[in-house]
Amino acid sequence: MNRRTLLATAALGLSLAFGGGAQAAGMDKVKACFVYVGPIGDGGWTFQHHQGALAVKEKFGDKVEIQYQESVPEGADAERVLTQMALGGCNIIFTTSFGYMDATNAVAAKFPDVKFEHATGFKREHPNVSTYNARFYEGRAVQGTIAGMMTKSNKIGYIGSFPIPEVMNGINSYYLAAKKVNPNVELSVVWAFTWFDPAKEADAAKALIDQGVDVIAAHTDSTAPLAEAAKAGGAVIGFGQASDMEAYKPSPRVSSIIDNWAPYYVERVGALLDGTYEQSDIWAGIAGGEVLIGEITDAVPAEVKAAAEKVRDDIAAGTFHPFTGPIKKQDGSEWLAEGATAPDGDLLGMDFFVEGIKGDIPK
Amino acid sequence: MLRLEKRPTPSRFWLYATPVVAVVLTMIVGGILFALMGKNPFEVIRTIFWDPVFGEFAFYLRGQLLVKAGPLILIAIGLALGFRAGIWNIGAEGQYIMGAVVGASVGLAVFPTDNRLIFPVMVLAGAFGGWAWAMIPAILKTRFNTNEILVSLMLVYVAQTILAKAATGFLKNPEGMGFPGSRNFSSYPAAANPELIAGSGLHWGGVTALVTAVLAYILLSRHIAGYQIKLAGQAPRAARFHGVSPTRLVMLCMGLSGALAGLAGLFEVTGPAGQISIDFNTGYGFTAIIVAFLGRLNPLGIVLAGFLMALTYVGGEMASTNLGLPAAAIQVFQGMLLFFLLAVDVLTNYRFRLGAGAASAGAK
Repeated sequence: MNRRTLLATAALGLSLAFGGGAQAAGMDKVKACFVYVGPIGDGGWTFQHHQGALAVKEKFGDKVEIQYQESVPEGADAERVLTQMALGGCNIIFTTSFGYMDATNAVAAKFPDVKFEHATGFKREHPNVSTYNARFYEGRAVQGTIAGMMTKSNKIGYIGSFPIPEVMNGINSYYLAAKKVNPNVELSVVWAFTWFDPAKEADAAKALIDQGVDVIAAHTDSTAPLAEAAKAGGAVIGFGQASDMEAYKPSPRVSSIIDNWAPYYVERVGALLDGTYEQSDIWAGIAGGEVLIGEITDAVPAEVKAAAEKVRDDIAAGTFHPFTGPIKKQDGSEWLAEGATAPDGDLLGMDFFVEGIKGDIPK
Repeated sequence: MLRLEKRPTPSRFWLYATPVVAVVLTMIVGGILFALMGKNPFEVIRTIFWDPVFGEFAFYLRGQLLVKAGPLILIAIGLALGFRAGIWNIGAEGQYIMGAVVGASVGLAVFPTDNRLIFPVMVLAGAFGGWAWAMIPAILKTRFNTNEILVSLMLVYVAQTILAKAATGFLKNPEGMGFPGSRNFSSYPAAANPELIAGSGLHWGGVTALVTAVLAYILLSRHIAGYQIKLAGQAPRAARFHGVSPTRLVMLCMGLSGALAGLAGLFEVTGPAGQISIDFNTGYGFTAIIVAFLGRLNPLGIVLAGFLMALTYVGGEMASTNLGLPAAAIQVFQGMLLFFLLAVDVLTNYRFRLGAGAASAGAK
C-alpha cells in the first residue's frame, strides 16, 4: 500500500487547500501523544487506536516516546489534557474522537510548534491541525450484503451512537446493500447516545432482538451488542465493530470492520522524524487499507460469503460505490440520479435516511 | 471483644479529624495499589498532590484547579443544605444539565444580538432551569410522598436525553455542517463567560462559588432558615413542634440546590465547555456529593474539599499521562477517598470499646 499516492488522491478528491508548509528539518526524537475517549481495553474503537500507537513504537523504537491518556471526556477536560500534553513536550498529539474537535483547535492555536491530528472531524483552523478519517461506510456495504442475505425474519437492526454524518453514512450504506440483495428487508435503528457504555449498548441490542431483529450492526465501541446476540443461541448474528472482536467467532460475529490506524500513525510520525510533515486531510477506505473487513466465518453460507467478498473487492477496485443512484431520501425527494455516485461533500454532511428506512432521526 | 458503641453526642474531634485521616489512608492504600502496579508510589502521590500546585506547570494547572473546583463547590454547597435537613437530592447532575440547556437556549435564541444584559439574563435562566428540574422531585415528595432520592436520580437520565436532543436538534449549530453541538459561546462575546484574569482560571462561576460559600455559611450560622435546616436534620420531631414546615423546607432545600447546580451548568457551558454537546456533563453533579461530605456539609469545608477533589482530578490526569497509570487506577483512588471518609466517619458517632460491658455510662 502506498501512502504517498493515497495522500495525494485523497487531497485531490476532497479538493481542499492546505495552508501548512513542510517542517523545515527532521527531528531526532518524537514524542507522540494520544488522547482516547474510552479505555484501551474497550475491545473496539480505542483499542484499535492504541494498536496504532503501539505500531508507531514498534516501528521507530527509541526514536519515539509514546504517551497516552484514556477515557478523556469530550469538552473542557479535553482542553486541559491537551494543554498538559503540549506543555509536557509532546511533538504530535492525536485526538481520537469527534468531540475533541473544538478543544484540539483551541489548544493548537496556543502551541503552533506542536502538531495536532484530529480523527473524524472537519475543523482545521490552524496550520498545525490535520484531520483524518476512514470510509467506514464502505465496510457497512459488505455487512449489509451479509445481513440482507442472512436474515430470516427480514428484520435487521442497527445500533447508532449519535446522528452525526459518519454514523448516517453507515446506516444508509448498510440498508442500501441489504435492500439490494433482499427487497423485503426492514431496518430498525436504535440510538444509544453514547460511544462507550456496555450496559446501554446491551439494552439497545436487547430492544432490537425483542422486535424480531436477527442481524445486528453496531456503531458503538464495545463488544456488548455481540455478547447480547450470543445469548440468542445462534438465532441472532452481528459484526465486530472498529476492532475484529474475534472472541465472538464464528457466531454471532460473522464478520467485522477493523479500523486500521497503524499505517497512518506510522506515516505521520515518520514524516515528522524525517522532516516531510505537512498539514493534511485524509479520508481513506478499503482501498487504502484503513478499513479492513475481518474474516467472514463459516457461520455464513458460501454464496453469501462470495457475494460479500465481491462487494469488498469491487469497492477496493473502485468499480463500485456504496452510494450509487438512483437513490431517494426518506421523504421521497431525489438525492442521486441514475448512475451518479455520492459526492464526498454530501457524505460528510449527511443528515438524512435514504428512502425505505422507517423511523425518525432524533432532532 | 471489640465492639462499637454509640456516643451520647457526636465527637467534635473526629468530626474534623475524619477528612484528614481519610485523605492519609487514601494516600497509603492508594500508594500500595500503585506500588503493586509497578509504579513508584511516592512519585505518583507527588504527581497528584504536589505537582499541580508547585510543579513545573503549576502556572497553568493552578488555574485549572479553580476551573475544576468551581462547579464542584457551587453544587456541593446546595446539596449540603439539603443533606443537613435530611433531604437527599442525588440528581444534581440533571439539574446541572438543565441549567446549562435552559441558559444556553436563552442566549442562543437572541444570537447574534449584542447587549450587556444577555449574560445576566442567561445566568438567571440557568438558575431557573436547575430550580425547575429540582422542583419535580420536590413536589412529588411533598404531594405524593415519593422518594426524592429515586426521582431526582432518575431525572438525571431524562435530562441527558434532553441534552442529546438539544445538541442534535433544537440547539444544533446551523453552521456546524450537520454535526451535533451548539454554537460555541467563545465566538459570541455577549453570552460568553471568559476568564476574568487571563491564566487565572477564574470565571464568573468561580466567583459565584466563593461568594455562595460565604452566604451559605452566614445562612447556616446566623439565619433562622439555617437553624431550621439543621434542626430538621438532627431532630425532625422537635423541628415540627418548633413550627418548621417540612413541605416548605423540602421546597427550599431542593430549590436552592437545584438553582445552584443550574448556575454551575450555565457557567460551565458558557465558559470552559464552550458549547452544548452530547457529552457536556462529566459527572460534577455526582462528584459534588463526595465533596459535600468531604467538606463535612460545612460551606467553608466544602471550599477546601472542592479544591482537594479538583487536585485528584488534575493531578490524576498528570499521573495518568506522565506515569502511564490506567485511568481506572485514578478512579479507584478517588473512590477510596469517599470509602475511607465514610468508614472513618463511624468514629464521629461511635467509639470502639473493649469487652462486652453493658454500661455506657458517663464519658463522652
